[in-house]
Amino acid sequence: MTKAIIKIEDLKREFTMGNETVHALKGISYAINEGEFVTIMGSSGSGKSTMLNILGCLDQPSSGVYEIDGVKVKDLSKNELATIRNKKIGFIFQSYNLLAKTSAIENVELPLLYNSKVSTEERRERAIKALQMVGLGERLDHTPAQLSGGQQQRVAIARSLVNNPVILLADEATGNLDTRTSYEIMSLFQELNKQGITIAFVTHEPDIATFSSRTIVLKDGNIIKDYKNENIQSAKAELAKLPIEDH
Amino acid sequence: MRVINLFKIAFKAIVLNKMRTLLTMLGIIIGVASVIAMLAIGEGSKESIRTTISSMGSNMITIRPGADMRGGVRGSASDMQTLKYEDYEAIKAQSTLLSYMTPVVNGSGQVINGSNNWPSTIYGVNPEYLKIKVVDLQSGSMFTEAEVKSAAKVALIGQTIVENVFPDGQDPVGQMIRFNNIPFKVIGVLEEKGENTFGQDQDDVVIAPYTTVQKRILAIDYLNQIMASAVSEDDAPDAVTEVTEIMRNQHKIGTDQEDNFSVRSMEELISTFSSTSEMLTILLVAVASISLLIGGIGIMNIMYVSVKERTKEIGLRMAVGGKGSDILLQFLIEAILISITGGLIGVILGLGSTVFIEKFLNWPTSVALYSIVISFAVCAITGIFFGWYPARKAAALDPITALRYE
Repeated sequence: MTKAIIKIEDLKREFTMGNETVHALKGISYAINEGEFVTIMGSSGSGKSTMLNILGCLDQPSSGVYEIDGVKVKDLSKNELATIRNKKIGFIFQSYNLLAKTSAIENVELPLLYNSKVSTEERRERAIKALQMVGLGERLDHTPAQLSGGQQQRVAIARSLVNNPVILLADEATGNLDTRTSYEIMSLFQELNKQGITIAFVTHEPDIATFSSRTIVLKDGNIIKDYKNENIQSAKAELAKLPIEDH
Repeated sequence: MRVINLFKIAFKAIVLNKMRTLLTMLGIIIGVASVIAMLAIGEGSKESIRTTISSMGSNMITIRPGADMRGGVRGSASDMQTLKYEDYEAIKAQSTLLSYMTPVVNGSGQVINGSNNWPSTIYGVNPEYLKIKVVDLQSGSMFTEAEVKSAAKVALIGQTIVENVFPDGQDPVGQMIRFNNIPFKVIGVLEEKGENTFGQDQDDVVIAPYTTVQKRILAIDYLNQIMASAVSEDDAPDAVTEVTEIMRNQHKIGTDQEDNFSVRSMEELISTFSSTSEMLTILLVAVASISLLIGGIGIMNIMYVSVKERTKEIGLRMAVGGKGSDILLQFLIEAILISITGGLIGVILGLGSTVFIEKFLNWPTSVALYSIVISFAVCAITGIFFGWYPARKAAALDPITALRYE
């Protein structure tokens, strides 16, 4: 039987703004199994950012159950949340969030610096391996300024892989990239997924969803659609169809 | 392991922002360097005052007549005839804390040798005078007790007299000079002492037995002063008390009456001077401390801006597993590294400028170890103190807001 990486039951999140209470998530339940590639879609205000923050253990639900890899997240302290982020989650952001003037390998090593069990040698080894996985084995010492947008996002993906997380959380990871580079990145995600890595990808672009195995659509804090994608597109094939640009 | 990693992170951040780091350090560097240099100048001048006074005989005690009242009129000390040879003998017999003692009479007049002459002062003393004043002989010898007893017409002269009265370089020892027309045989030349703290030429003296000066030059039977030296510098204050007691007995002064003499030790002079230069040191250090404080505020300022500027980075570090305490330590270590490195450079610069001041400005300086320790400790504390606030601010950031910060 496949193992549930993420388990959410009747999850609610409320914010108090002045005297008004905003219900960002109004009782959501779903599970993500190991090896799934889920896109979470929704327009702005649908609650998908709140969802992502909770999934990423950056925020706590107001009520309901959230379990990641068998750990109940509710009632964990700030420090315990940080440890979970460090060990179980790989973040990928829209704006890459790489450290400027810092080499690719050092950027990738970053999460391991906060794990005192990893030695210096092991850290370096794992960072090199992660960069090779995203096809940047030759650019270990390049700083973000020396890399293109697509390459920077690859470094960010390598960084998210380096701690062997149970799930990758991508937040509009292709939002800053042109179509061609987006497809390249999506093809990389598909490859990683094929190797068994679970991915949750938050986006508002419908064509990105076609590359995933499952789509959850949020609206006004509720799930309005949750469906398996029967016809998964290959990002590689789509990439081949794009007209060749002349620079 | 964790702290080592945080050290690496902090070090990296410092190296990546060399210019910012340097500018931040500048305040600390100048602060520490000026504290060290100022203290060195202060200590140096204190020491030089002490040595100057010591060269005059730091354990010297002088007893002068004074505060004499005749029918309600106070007389001036030099006119007073209340200090007698008997006082000298009484002190010599009763005191326990004095090692040397001499009666002193002095008068001014003209030193003549052939066609050369020079106005000077003659001091009538006994042979112990040289030990009290810490003067050595350049040539010749001191007169003896016997010569004092017989009121022999022998004299020792200082360098200024030698230069002016024996200009052609002949050896004065054995020559005859005249002081106010009384012939003296020169039996010794005093070593050069230079000016004292008050700018008085200590080489412009003629020294002769006090009996000779009393009888043959001044025609008096009283003393101008009594000079003595305490057994040690530390005993000087007690010796003053002791001598005062003896003198009060000797002069039969009642308990409610004022002294008709004064007893002074150099110790009082030294402490007066020391306290003056101490005040100077305090002033200098206060000024330097302010610059150190401003340096600390500079660190806080830059660290504060740096936290703002790196909000997104902090958010990222938290997202990948950095705990609040990790972030706090990182920024604190950064601040401490900056201030300690700045402090080290400051110490080197301070020592360097001290050498410069000594060599090129010819100011006496003396670097006290405590000034280095204190300024270094202060700058480390400054780093912690002023680094703490921005670091805590960074640690308290909410990762979500920090990540979204533009």
